[in-house]
Parts: sequence; structure tokens; C-alpha cells
Amino acid sequence: MSAPAAEKIFGRPESLKDVATHYCPGCGHSVAHRLVAECLDEMGLREKTIGVPPVGCAVLAYNYFNFDMVEAPHGRALAVATGIKRVRPDSFVLTYQGDGDLAAIGTAETIHAANRGELISCIFINNAIYGMTGGQMAPTTIIGEVTTTTPGGREAKAHGSPIDISRMLAVCEGAVYIERCTLNSFKGIKQAKKAIRKCFQVQVDGLGFGLVELLSPCPTNMKMSPKQAWQWIDNQMMKTYPLGLIKDTTGYEDK
Amino acid sequence: MPSEKKLMRGSDTLAEAAVRAGCRFFSGYPITPQNELPEYLSWRLPQAGGTFIQAESELSAINMVLGAAATGARALTSSSSPGVSLKQEGISYLAGQELPAVVANMMRGGPGLGNIAASAADYFQATRGGGHGDYRTPVLAPAGCQELAELTFLAFDLADKYRTPVMLLGDGLIGQVMEPVVFPDPIDPADLPPKDYILDGCAGRAPRAIFSMLLGQQGELYKHNLHLQEKYEQITADEQRWEENLTEDADIIAVAYGTASRIAMSAVEELRAEGVKAGLFRPITLWPYPKQALRKLAQGGVKVAVFELSAGQMVEDVMLSVGERAEIHFYGIPGGVIPTPADVIDFLRSALKGDGKVGRRVEI
Ligand SMILES: Cc1ncc(C[n+]2csc(CCOP(=O)(O)OP(=O)(O)O)c2C)c(N)n1
Ligand code: SF4
Repeated sequence: MSAPAAEKIFGRPESLKDVATHYCPGCGHSVAHRLVAECLDEMGLREKTIGVPPVGCAVLAYNYFNFDMVEAPHGRALAVATGIKRVRPDSFVLTYQGDGDLAAIGTAETIHAANRGELISCIFINNAIYGMTGGQMAPTTIIGEVTTTTPGGREAKAHGSPIDISRMLAVCEGAVYIERCTLNSFKGIKQAKKAIRKCFQVQVDGLGFGLVELLSPCPTNMKMSPKQAWQWIDNQMMKTYPLGLIKDTTGYEDK
Repeated sequence: MPSEKKLMRGSDTLAEAAVRAGCRFFSGYPITPQNELPEYLSWRLPQAGGTFIQAESELSAINMVLGAAATGARALTSSSSPGVSLKQEGISYLAGQELPAVVANMMRGGPGLGNIAASAADYFQATRGGGHGDYRTPVLAPAGCQELAELTFLAFDLADKYRTPVMLLGDGLIGQVMEPVVFPDPIDPADLPPKDYILDGCAGRAPRAIFSMLLGQQGELYKHNLHLQEKYEQITADEQRWEENLTEDADIIAVAYGTASRIAMSAVEELRAEGVKAGLFRPITLWPYPKQALRKLAQGGVKVAVFELSAGQMVEDVMLSVGERAEIHFYGIPGGVIPTPADVIDFLRSALKGDGKVGRRVEI
């Protein structure tokens, strides 16, 4: 009797290139990349996918993702993605954006793409800070959070309150699925993957705009160890951004 | 087969020509005086199986065009001056990423909100790049409906050939004028040469990425810029277009483009009828500027008289072309005021006499 064929139970998803990333230790971007890649693989979408990375720490995502991608100017990913999806409705179109990209400079593009119900899946990395430019205040920076441009901590009066763009988007008719998850724990990551799969399914089924917000640690700019940054998400960030389903008009049974 | 002759408004001509040139994607944001163009495409593109999107801003519109271009579509956006300022970000990215697209600017008076009258005050913005970085865009300046139709075809061809954004530069008058048009043969997008850089999913091939950021330490961005400059040199060598009217024996040659050239041509014809040897040099490509052609005419004591609907922008290219080979005079009307042929006649006469009464002499 010959030995049973070895079964591969863990490996690099085909949707991720076999290269090292530039992300810092403990950064949420690498985890989010992996989840996106696993979902695309499992759903057989890689060869149909056209992705749009942000301007932000993930600007080089096209070096890591193993599918077609086109760079967008800062904040314009959902406009670029709209052009792609309308010309190639059979493609699977994905944007991957940070909070500055999606909820500050690109707010208009974000709201209007969601409101038009563009058949696009949006992965929104909320790390409450501007990673790439060195730790300035983000639209999602929480009250009291110290950044390089809020050295005394964010104050509502002087800097505005943190923006909850996911809840704002939920009032758009065209947005059919929005869920907030976290990348700072095993349990959170498992739930995040489920949400990303569902978000992708929404596009495959042609239902409308889908977005998954991922609370994501940026230890470097928080000047914390990875562990501290993960704890900060639990202890601080989730008070402003509670996890869970924000909108679901998909009619899927699995709720 | 070319179309039958039709009487058409300028904006509709551009829109119809775009569809016939194989354009299947438009995105824009309303602004006077170019609203008729998107209005036409809002029904015409869906009829042709294409996409029309009214975007939430010009920023969004140009970036939708960028996305459409990345997937291989012939894509168009249009606007007028304030909106084209917003499009500069996207135009710079299109240039950097080497993606083809056509941008129509029906210029109005500025700066700021200005007014909606015909103006040519965006010449610098159009011909010098406009956005950030070392790049140029071919700029085509139609003077009437027939030419608008032909240049719209040319704009899409140049955009694809050189993988670059191309600008069609007109104004509210060019957009409103009704003239007979015969359209060139329609192009089926399926018959266009395939593009080997576009994104359509990586089935059966390696994934592709389109980007303009080059952080490498081996001079990658420098090399990319040299490559772009080589392309611009090629365009400069091969794509200059212009028209000469009554220039052979002229004592004075008016230089004007677009709406200004129509006024200048009337002035030249009236002067000819009076026995004054006037001619018109009309650049059709503003970038690349038809320098050598103009330079050749600037000899034997001829005077060069630049007339613009701006405070003086193209005149700089005329000075660079002509140098000290001929006297250069300039008459510019900014702020959306349209002079009559009589005003231009006065200018040309004054330039001939050199009395400085209308316009002024300019020197390098
Ligand atoms: C028009 C423009 N403005 C500003 C910048 C500089 N910039 C690059 S990334 C960024 C913000 C990044 O923060 P975020 O979107 O939260 O992503 P992160 O880096 O945290 O992942 C800014 C302001 C730019 N590239 N373009
Ligand atoms: S700076 Fe922050 S967001 Fe950027 S890679 Fe490092 S940890 Fe990640």
C-alpha cells in the first residue's frame, strides 16, 4: 500500500506573491493582505480580480498581491475602481484603503461610489493614524490620541471628533453590506475573514457596494510594541468603533 | 463610410465624434459652457453600449477615466476651466502611468470662477503640463465643427499611439457654433489594436500592475522620466499640425488659434480685399507647437502679429519660434471679451505701421 498523498493544510495563498513585505512588525496590513488573498483564492476570484491599492502604507500592495492592480491617486481608489468595473463588469474589483485615503481626502469618492451602489468590494483599514507620512492625525484618530499633529491629544473642539465613515456610509441606499471587524486577535481575525468573504460574495451576486472596516494596529506610529498596540485597540479604539455588523440588506441566510 | 453631411453644434460634434472614434466611456461633472457635451453622451453612449457617468466632481471624473483607461477603453472627460484645474491631478497620474485618455476643455474666462464667455486663458495650463511633474500632453485646438470632428478622432489615436492623455482645447463659442459636419468612418472598439498593458484579469498570464510611483534606488524614476521625455521628443518631431492662409506673399502674418483664429481670418480677408497683404498662421497643435513652420515664415521683413483671447500666453511660443527673425506684435483680450474683426483689423494695421496704437510690440 502506498503512503497517502500529503494534504497541504497551510501555505501561501496564490493571490499573494512570494515576497517579503515592507510592513512593520505587528502591523495590521500584512494580516489584512493575507485575509484578502485567502478569500480570493477560496472563492476562485484571483484571475478575475482587478485591485486598486491606496496611497498610504499599502501603496505598494501591487508588489504583494498576485493579481492585476492599478495605482490610484490618494483618495481616488473608488473612482478608479468605478471606471474599471463599469468597463469590465465581469471583473472582480477591489479597493484596499486606509482611513486617510478613504475617510479624509477621498470622502466624496467613497460616499458617492457607495451611494451609486457600485459593484465593488472595499477593504477599509482603520488604524486611527496616518501611517505612511509618519503618524499625523487621521480623520479616525480617537479623542485623546496623541499624534504628531495632535501633540496634546485629539480634542473634539479643536480637531473635530473621530469620523465613523462606515456608519455614515450605511445610510447610502447602494451600500448593502458593511461590517466592522478587528485584526488584533485570533478571534477577530477569524471574524474578519468571514466578513471579507461575505463582502466579496455581495459583489459576485451583484447586490451592491460592500465594505469591511478592519481596526488595525500601527505600532510604529503609536510608539508601542505590537502587543501594546493590539491592547490599545481593545481598550481604547473599540470604544469609539464598536465591532459588529453595521448594515446588511443582502438577504443572505447566514446572519 | 463617412457620414452624411449634418448641421451640428460644436459640443454635439465632439460627443458624436468621440463615440464614432470608439470611445465607450465618459465621466464628467456639469459646468457651463460645456454642458451640452455630457448631455448628448448621457443618451448616446448607452445607445452605443458604452458607459456615461455623472461624477460627483471633476476629480472623481478624471479618476474614473483613469480606471476605464487602465482596462483598455477609449475614455473621455470634458469640462471647462475651473473643472480642468481639478482634473490636473488625474492628468498627471495618467501621464506618469502612461495611460491614454482624452480631456476636452471648453475654456471660460478666469482666474477663479471668472465668467462663462469664450476665453483662451488656459493655454499655459494646457501646454506646459498643467499638473505636477515633468510631462506634456498633446493639445489640439479646433476652429470649427468639421475640424472638431476630425481632431476628436485624432485625439483618441494619439492618446493610444503614445499612451498619453491628450487635450482638446476649445471654448464656449466652439462648443455652440452650428456648422455642417461630415464624420470620418466609425471605429468599432473591437477593431482597435490590442493593448498589451491593460488590466482584464490575469487568467493565463502574469499579473500586471500600472503605477507611477518608482521608489527604487537604481534611478528608476529618473529612467522613467527619460523614457517619457523621449516620447515627448517623438511627439514633437512627428505631430506638429498647423494651417497657413495667404501667407506666401504676406507683409503681416496674424498668428491665432481656435475662436481667435476665426476672428483673425475675417480680419485678414477684409484687409486683403483692401489690398493689404495679410495672412494667417493657425496652429492646430498647441503642444507640440509648430515652431519650425512659423519660423520659416518669419523672414524677409514680414511682421508677426499674435492675437489671443488671453493676456498673452501663446505669444511666448511665438517668441520662442520666431526669435529675432521678425518683429512680433501682440494683441490680447482677456476676461471673456470677444473682439470683432474690426478690432483685429485695427491691430494688424497698427502693427504694420508700428505706431503701437492697438496692441504692443514684444521682444524676446
Ligand atoms: C494628494 C496627496 N496628498 C497627500 C499625500 C501624502 N500622503 C500619503 S499617504 C497619506 C495618508 C496615509 O494615511 P492612511 O490613509 O490612513 O493610510 P496608512 O498609511 O495609515 O495605512 C498622505 C497624507 C499624497 N500622497 N497625495
Ligand atoms: S507605519 Fe504603521 S501602518 Fe505603516 S507599515 Fe508600519 S505599522 Fe503598518
